[in-house]
Amino acid sequence: MAEVWEASKMIELTIDGKKVTAKEGDTILKVARENNIYIPALCYLEGVSSFGGCRVCLVEIKGSPRVFASCVTPVAEGMEIITNSERLKRYRKWAVELLLSERPHVCSVCVANGSCELQQLATDLGVDHLRVEREWTNYELDLTHERFAYDPNRCILCTRCIRICDEIEGVHTIDLMLRGKNSKVIFDLNDKWGFAESCTSCGKCSAVCPVGALYVKGKPHSESKRKELASFVTSRRSEKTIG
Amino acid sequence: MSREIIISPVTRIEGHAKITIHLDEEGMVKDARFHVTDFRGFEKFCEGRPFYEMPGITSRICGICPVSHLLASAKACDDLLAVKIPRTAELLRRLMHMGQIIQSHALSFFYLSSPDFLLGLDSEPSKRNILGLAEKYPEIAKQGVWLRKFGQSIIETLSGRRIHSSDWIVPGGVKTPLSKEGVDKILADVPKAIEIALNSIELFNKNMENFKNEMRDFGDFQTYYMSLVTKDGGLEHYDGNIRILSPEGKVVADQLDPSKYFEYIGEAVEDWSYMKFPYLKNVGYPDGAYRVGPLARLNNASHCGTEMADNLLKEFKKLGKNGVVQNTFMYHYARLIEIVFCIEKVKELLQDPEILSTEVQAKASLNKREGVGVIEAPRGTLFHHYKVDEQGRITWVNLIIATVNNNIAFNKAVAQVAKKYVNGKKLNEGMLNKVEAVVRALDPCLSCATHAIGRMPVRIQLYDHNGSLIDEIARG
Repeated sequence: MAEVWEASKMIELTIDGKKVTAKEGDTILKVARENNIYIPALCYLEGVSSFGGCRVCLVEIKGSPRVFASCVTPVAEGMEIITNSERLKRYRKWAVELLLSERPHVCSVCVANGSCELQQLATDLGVDHLRVEREWTNYELDLTHERFAYDPNRCILCTRCIRICDEIEGVHTIDLMLRGKNSKVIFDLNDKWGFAESCTSCGKCSAVCPVGALYVKGKPHSESKRKELASFVTSRRSEKTIG
Repeated sequence: MSREIIISPVTRIEGHAKITIHLDEEGMVKDARFHVTDFRGFEKFCEGRPFYEMPGITSRICGICPVSHLLASAKACDDLLAVKIPRTAELLRRLMHMGQIIQSHALSFFYLSSPDFLLGLDSEPSKRNILGLAEKYPEIAKQGVWLRKFGQSIIETLSGRRIHSSDWIVPGGVKTPLSKEGVDKILADVPKAIEIALNSIELFNKNMENFKNEMRDFGDFQTYYMSLVTKDGGLEHYDGNIRILSPEGKVVADQLDPSKYFEYIGEAVEDWSYMKFPYLKNVGYPDGAYRVGPLARLNNASHCGTEMADNLLKEFKKLGKNGVVQNTFMYHYARLIEIVFCIEKVKELLQDPEILSTEVQAKASLNKREGVGVIEAPRGTLFHHYKVDEQGRITWVNLIIATVNNNIAFNKAVAQVAKKYVNGKKLNEGMLNKVEAVVRALDPCLSCATHAIGRMPVRIQLYDHNGSLIDEIARG
């Protein structure tokens, strides 16, 4: 039987006072970006599923006292969305400060220095110090993989690597263990990366890591082709999803 | 009743220190100690980090000579990779090193020490600094600033940054080659740099007359000298082997492998300072005291290898017995001669046909579990020694910083000057400044030496023979 092609229903809403048209079912973040309205985001990665973990892409919706993670909230007819209120700025700043305080992020000697999304966000949001005490974790580094390195001390638990490994490479080598701030990215059944049998060494995980936790050995992020690779992989995926 | 005087904090040095002067019952100076009071712990917190992060981390030990740590660390990493770096990479590293020595020596002489020479050791303390100098001798101050800028512009031309070029010097070589424009830009400034360097030597010579007493009493004592030398015994800063000279001017050990430093250097610890006390193992502690730095290098080197510096070296050697200049005050002179040498060397390096080659990095993975990197930093021989596990994670670090090598000498020099100039019955500013000035002559970098957080100031405390504090002067 021939597939029935159904046109998506189009709806209207406003973002920061600007009237926009959107496909029903799309997320607020996607619609905003399509209309060149910037909402910062960290754990969000185009082309893979979203889970609203980092709380950086928060927005307000008129009529609700709550704030919503725009990467997982679908648009609705007549919605009035605010992306940049003082309250949101304050919340985002706290979210980034808490991320920074969870592990010892030392920019000056990090491979991601200068091309780190967390560093960029902190700069944009004016985070010049932390209002909470920092945790000086001392997790063991995993340098067993021939080409890649994993430094848990820089991980912000955004799970981009887990999602891209599972949903795009399709091997699900990477996962998360433990809970809360003690969570840790692991390979296979908590094996050393170099001994994780399911890993195809494709490098997508290091390409999408927003910080310096997963990286190509001997190369600062700014020099590896990670950005190109990441956008190629994820945009191909988005096309497929949409199509 | 015996007492103790404490100078704390010591001013116009890099780092944080105090001096204690111990008096006997008659109020005369019995002994003096140079205490370094900061602790930073680099050797400990580097454990667990990947070896290739070491140049970046250890260069943060110091903002004045980050290039020294970068180079020593990168050389230790080259050793871990077991690679020989391309010749051009070595030339470029040497070029940056010359720039660094020029800027660091210019800082030491013009910014920190020349206020003592030109304004006088007893001059008004609030004016006895680079700003006071700029007010009274604006031309000299300007020249000093320009010379330091010249050194830093070499570093910037090579790496894009003046300080912490840690993503340029990397294990296996350097990151990017030098451009033709870069060569021309640096070469254009060479004549002016030489002129300033020669002027400052003239200025120093003119003023030496006024400091005859200080010259005599400023740490004029005998120690061994240690530095790197080339294969034929010439002045060397980047590579080479260790030479040790006896106080009488005899070469007692030559062409020692610097990576086996632990076989001939021991490190003693005292409970009153965070700075260790290295000594020559064959001689023992504390008689095996040795000095490093510009004075040691010139005493050790039979020649410089560049025209002007060779002539200056000949004059310099005439100042000491058997060609060995023991006077700590002469560190300043040695520093100025080295500036001339470095500028000449910059020119020579830039004229090397291979300087523009694009082959600048050897690639390899970890091949050894232990690596040592040794260079001559502006303040003396600098050792970086790492051990790693099978994954390349650091398991053990030992750093012997240039300044630390001079630790026993610091204490000797301070004691000698204190005995000569300090009278426990009537303390005054000029007296204390003389004690500080001898420390400045050795140009310590204490933030490096303790790998510690640096704060500038000095303090002098006065203790009686029972060890109770009687008087204290603090500044800074």
